[in-house]
Amino acid sequence: MSAVDVPLVEPGQAEVDGGAQSAPGVGQLRGRGPARSRWWAPYLFLTPYLALFGLFVLAPIALGVWISLHDWDPFLPSSPWVGLDNYADLFRSGSPSRGNFWRALRATALFTALSVPVLVTLPLLLALALDRSFPGRSLFRALFFAPYVLGVAVVALVWRLLLDPHVGVINHLLGKVGLPAGTGWTTAVPWVWVSLVGMTVWWTLGYNTVIYLAGLQNIHREIYDAARIDGATRWQLFRHVTLPGLRPVVMFVVMMTVLGSANMFGQAYLVTGGGPGSETRTVIMYIAEEGFRSFRLGAAAAMSYVHALLLALVNLGMVLLFFGRGGDEEAR
Amino acid sequence: MQRARAPETRGGPGRPPGRRELLAGAGAAAGLLLLGCRGEPVDVRDQAAIAAGGSRGYGGPAVELAFWTGFTGGDRLPMERLIERFNREHDNITVRMSVTRWGDFYQKMPAAVESGHGPDVAVMHADQLATAAVHRTILPLDEVTEALGLGAGDFSDTLWSAGVFRGRRYGVPLDVHPLGLYYNRAVLAGAGLGDAALPRSRRDYLAILEQLKQRGVQGSWVSPALFTGGLMFQSLLWQEGGQLFSEDGVRATFDAEAGVEALGFMLELIQRGYSPRDVGQDADSIAFTNDRNAFIWNGIWMINIYRATPGLKWAVAPVPTIGAQRAVWANAHHLVLARQPSAGERRLQASVVFLDWLSRHSLEWAEAGMVPARREARESAAFQRMTEQAIFAEQLPVVRFPPAIAGIDAVRASTLDLAVNEAVLLRATPRAALRRAAREADALLAANLRKFARAL
Repeated sequence: MSAVDVPLVEPGQAEVDGGAQSAPGVGQLRGRGPARSRWWAPYLFLTPYLALFGLFVLAPIALGVWISLHDWDPFLPSSPWVGLDNYADLFRSGSPSRGNFWRALRATALFTALSVPVLVTLPLLLALALDRSFPGRSLFRALFFAPYVLGVAVVALVWRLLLDPHVGVINHLLGKVGLPAGTGWTTAVPWVWVSLVGMTVWWTLGYNTVIYLAGLQNIHREIYDAARIDGATRWQLFRHVTLPGLRPVVMFVVMMTVLGSANMFGQAYLVTGGGPGSETRTVIMYIAEEGFRSFRLGAAAAMSYVHALLLALVNLGMVLLFFGRGGDEEAR
Repeated sequence: MQRARAPETRGGPGRPPGRRELLAGAGAAAGLLLLGCRGEPVDVRDQAAIAAGGSRGYGGPAVELAFWTGFTGGDRLPMERLIERFNREHDNITVRMSVTRWGDFYQKMPAAVESGHGPDVAVMHADQLATAAVHRTILPLDEVTEALGLGAGDFSDTLWSAGVFRGRRYGVPLDVHPLGLYYNRAVLAGAGLGDAALPRSRRDYLAILEQLKQRGVQGSWVSPALFTGGLMFQSLLWQEGGQLFSEDGVRATFDAEAGVEALGFMLELIQRGYSPRDVGQDADSIAFTNDRNAFIWNGIWMINIYRATPGLKWAVAPVPTIGAQRAVWANAHHLVLARQPSAGERRLQASVVFLDWLSRHSLEWAEAGMVPARREARESAAFQRMTEQAIFAEQLPVVRFPPAIAGIDAVRASTLDLAVNEAVLLRATPRAALRRAAREADALLAANLRKFARAL
């Protein structure tokens, strides 16, 4: 519905009550005083959304901050105020949460650093291939996207059985062709990281591919034609037409993938159980354990905010990286 | 067309709200949310006294009771059959069971009770009772069991005392599920070993494993996960004379020499080649069903699963005594009464009728692959005919439970379980892994003591 803009009434002019040209749904708004005092009309239209946003986003954020300032166990008669202790605990030696939190953060950062490059570049190459027309193109598009519709529990269970060091299919097949068959895919470092990144790529690759495909179709063919007439090679076409055209899409993909990877939980929880030891225990996993298994919600909330702040900083860095250079179309 | 100009008044009737008022309204709404809605504090002891009246039966108007369990596996059907029977026998009480995975159960239950939408009766594990008790999720049952005339004699001393926390009783044991030694008869026969050669001691166990190794079988896979490596460690720790935690819940004691010995034995199995390295979660059990593993220290809950595995030839025995004394890990399901909002108090008596009935009919419950807690059920001929369960039940005099300390389950999971995992995956020596975990556990225990002292 695009007819929500209230027709402008020139100053000094009054308006007709329920005028015939008024847009549907605006009738009641008009005729309530002069046009100039209708600054609130847009807010009125935003109200339903803002109410939901306030109730389900802003209020929980505020409540979370409140919780993080207490030793909060919802099932005890009192939750004493501890000020910034929950935050200080993350930096104070001797507190059990310090080592665990930073270890979990390191694991999360490692997973993000390993998975994002693959999840940004591989789908791009795939999208370029699937953008060409060849027989069976739709089938391949569907195939690559298919795993994404599965839930993490299904994907993780399948991969745990495939990856098991002793009873798994992968080591069995490796043994069949004479390669080492004793790799601890789910139990030993660094292989656990290879497994987690590999299964995540297999699982979510299709999503980024589809977004890239949409981006590719938005680049005007005329630009390619013009570049070809100017004698551009295929590499130059990619470098000077495709990439700049995809810039906003790439940025979106990078950001979403970083956020997604930084919030990884299900794969580690179900495939490695955070192991070996607590090597692959991610921040979200540790927060969930602290909050919902140990009922230390204050500490868990504090960690969530520190994690969110760090993610915000990372995102800010990425925005500056993408837009900081003015978005000029400089070749080099 | 009539045109008029409304005066720019402020504060007139029908004026749209100003920015400040909008903000104030939003603030008030958020404030209400922050306060949350806490129910009226009810004294759990008053409710317990009301409930005790249920020992004389329930003659009031028809009620429907919510019964919450985590019986998602082969144990669901037997329980549903029991409930059907109960509902047939009682005109004015209808029980409805809701099932949640145990993994989510202990997060869902306190929250539901707190908001007044909890169950009437529930099943909880022995090691969760203390936590639920400090959270006032469940009622103390001393008066109820007294009115019902239940005592240690109806169960066993170990089982009966497992339901007590801070001198008050919170659960009535329904069953006990210890660890046992499952053995793969096909694998043993293949190595020329009959059932007669079952290992009882450390020496037997290692000798048999050595024989299996000569035949190219790794006979006792050691898992780094809680199921089953962690349970094996706890059994071994008790056998060596150790304890997980001090009785008062102040210190972790699993890093004492007994713990190092216990974990050392598990590593010995790996180092001697009786177990592969890097065993994944459940791989020990999968290998067992694929005839690649001879022995597995697993819980009684596997009986129905192995029974349903086609082509698997298996049997059970008590776990061998590796250390100085017999001991075996066990847990138990307890029947508990949830704290009620004031409107639910009239259902308490009916809840006790159901709890009492279920406890007295726990023999049927043994079909779920459990050892019933009631002595009369365990000693009945019908139970003795359940071969596997009866063998598990032989261990009852030596079963050990984790101590009744609030929050203990989470402390163990985030410290000891990780240490066992590290050591079994050869990432740290047993001594170093256990010591580090114990220091961390001490800090968590201290924090818990401070925190739960508020609930006194």
